[in-house]
Amino acid sequence: MSAREDILGRIRSALRDAPVAPPIPRDYRAASGLGEEALIEMLVDRLVDYKAQVSVVEAAEVPERIAELLADARSYVVPAGFDAGWLAGLDGGRRHVDSISAPLSLAELDSIDAVVTGSAVAVAETGTIILDASPDQGRRAISLVPDHHICVVNVADIAGILPEALRRIDGTRPLTMISGPSATSDIELERVEGVHGPRRLDVLIAR
Amino acid sequence: MSTFLGMPSLPVFGSGNLHATESFAKAARHELGNGQLRANLGHATHTIRDKRLKVVSELPDWEQLRDAGSAIKESVMARLPELLEQFEEKFTARGGVIHWARDADEANDIVTRLIRETGETEVVKVKSMATQEIGLNEYLEEQGISAFETDLAELIVQLDHDKPSHILVPAIHKNRTEIRDIFLREMPGADPALTDDPAMLAMAARAHLRRKFLNAKVAVSGANFALADSGTLAVVESEGNGRMCLTLPDTLITVMGVEKLLPTWQDLEVFMQLLPRSSTGERMNPYTSLWTGVTEGDGPQNVHLVLLDNGRSAALADEMGRSALHCIRCSACMNVCPVYERTGGHAYGSTYPGPIGAILSPLLTGIQSEENSSLPYASSLCGACFDACPVKINIPDILVHLRSVDVDSKRGMKKVPSQMDAGMKAASWALSSGKRLGLIEKGLPIGRLAAGPDKKITKLPGIAAGWTQSRDIPAPPAQSFRSWWAKEHRSPDVKEAPAPTQQKEDQA
Repeated sequence: MSAREDILGRIRSALRDAPVAPPIPRDYRAASGLGEEALIEMLVDRLVDYKAQVSVVEAAEVPERIAELLADARSYVVPAGFDAGWLAGLDGGRRHVDSISAPLSLAELDSIDAVVTGSAVAVAETGTIILDASPDQGRRAISLVPDHHICVVNVADIAGILPEALRRIDGTRPLTMISGPSATSDIELERVEGVHGPRRLDVLIAR
Repeated sequence: MSTFLGMPSLPVFGSGNLHATESFAKAARHELGNGQLRANLGHATHTIRDKRLKVVSELPDWEQLRDAGSAIKESVMARLPELLEQFEEKFTARGGVIHWARDADEANDIVTRLIRETGETEVVKVKSMATQEIGLNEYLEEQGISAFETDLAELIVQLDHDKPSHILVPAIHKNRTEIRDIFLREMPGADPALTDDPAMLAMAARAHLRRKFLNAKVAVSGANFALADSGTLAVVESEGNGRMCLTLPDTLITVMGVEKLLPTWQDLEVFMQLLPRSSTGERMNPYTSLWTGVTEGDGPQNVHLVLLDNGRSAALADEMGRSALHCIRCSACMNVCPVYERTGGHAYGSTYPGPIGAILSPLLTGIQSEENSSLPYASSLCGACFDACPVKINIPDILVHLRSVDVDSKRGMKKVPSQMDAGMKAASWALSSGKRLGLIEKGLPIGRLAAGPDKKITKLPGIAAGWTQSRDIPAPPAQSFRSWWAKEHRSPDVKEAPAPTQQKEDQA
């Protein structure tokens, strides 16, 4: 008998008392009911708590702010689908562009200082940004290897609580949920920011 | 609906790092002798308790989320064969390859074979309880394959040639100075000027592992959740070592217990609210990665999943105990446990320590395996673990149930009645009649005599010695309640006093 048949047989045998699957009570909150300003305020509060740096800017100011944040980066990478208008304030000399059809090598990514991406959806209550590898966010490796991640969040993409956010995305895409810069609590359970993932996270909330 | 057609089989128990090799009571005794360990644990568990309470109290619907989580898991167990088949179909359709492992040995063999097929002799690992349970690292080492732990705490434990003592923070028993010393001693190229500042220690780990991540061709991981309706796997982490392992190598091998399934994508919204707040006491953990089979051009192109039984089907067969399989490995139960806080995780022997380990380990291995029958007694039954459990596993009830399984399993094993048997028989004789009890209570003054002038009995004979091992018994009173009552109500003018014999009958 194959291991598969064996294990499924053991499990069926274990369930010979035929337990009934109970109904799932879903009376937990499905939405926060918060308005736009309150959502922004909460998201900022939570991200700052995680030691991320956050700016709330008008959409028209995004290029200028990105240019400021990249001022001391020797090089940066953007996914091929990133809004070109948002890079208007930058010279192209330091720029690398990555896509599935033309991916940078790991060694190249490792030598690049910063990465700029968009985002799929954010969760105000938990300070979480979800990347779903869409063209404006790129392959998962590009937002991981460079040490400084600049992430643009559109106000329209902020959900109040997790159930609202997960309803907006396709779970079968490669997903990364990011809540602040990389951190560890492994030494005496005290949180320390900055381990293997990007040690610096800048979030630009664009109105 | 699936129907079981074959003969009902006997439970097949699990193997691997699931055993207490000496009884909990003995192991606890020498662990308690380590003052540094107790100080480290006390500090860490109290820090995390406060953080957990703070973030849990923020959610107005915490109890509703716990109810939903509990019902979802109960439903998973009831529908497990069907959900496993559904998951297999979806995961395979997306280019993933499923392997089934009956026990630890079979899982280790499968992982070794998959690594050999790549031609590699080094792998990076994301912290995983399942691979700890099956002893994968040790097995790979015997086969000439080096497995590098990349989670900071796992790295500390691995460098120190130690064993994990906590499921979330395996090095919880070490303080920062001890960790600095381990790094200086065991980490090649560690900066001699390294201090015990946690931020600096984390940076040392980053530098140590960076090359490994960038050059790794194969990664081995566990999984926190698997979604049956889409074939999606999830890993919840903090440091980014998980993302490195799950994203950069060509081959990804995940080892996961069969009970980790969730039926639908929607269920993730419940568990991703319950898990981070219960484990690290954060609103959300820094990173969660989800992948569904293979995505062309993004991440590993060879994606494997080893589905592990290793005693889970046996635990499932125990109707009272099966809800132990609802566990999402958050570690909230051990962080609030007064026993764990003092003894630490090593006293439990198994990969799974603390209250959940005290029920899960014997359920997976069978109560008679090695010293695991001692684990259900590693509790004062205070119930703090049940209150903290995000999926409402009634750990105290299962502890009591397993104690009865233990007693039943030993019944009739000895021809000569034990002291306990004799004691219980005597108690049954004495307590079933008021007259007999009254007679025995006349012996109380002898106990007073034994107590001596300090009015304490410090050592009882025989098996009763267990009771006085860590506490004294106060001297018995000069007279029993019965004799006091009888004296008080002897006066003939108190007519309403009940007749002594009648009262005795009532009490009996």
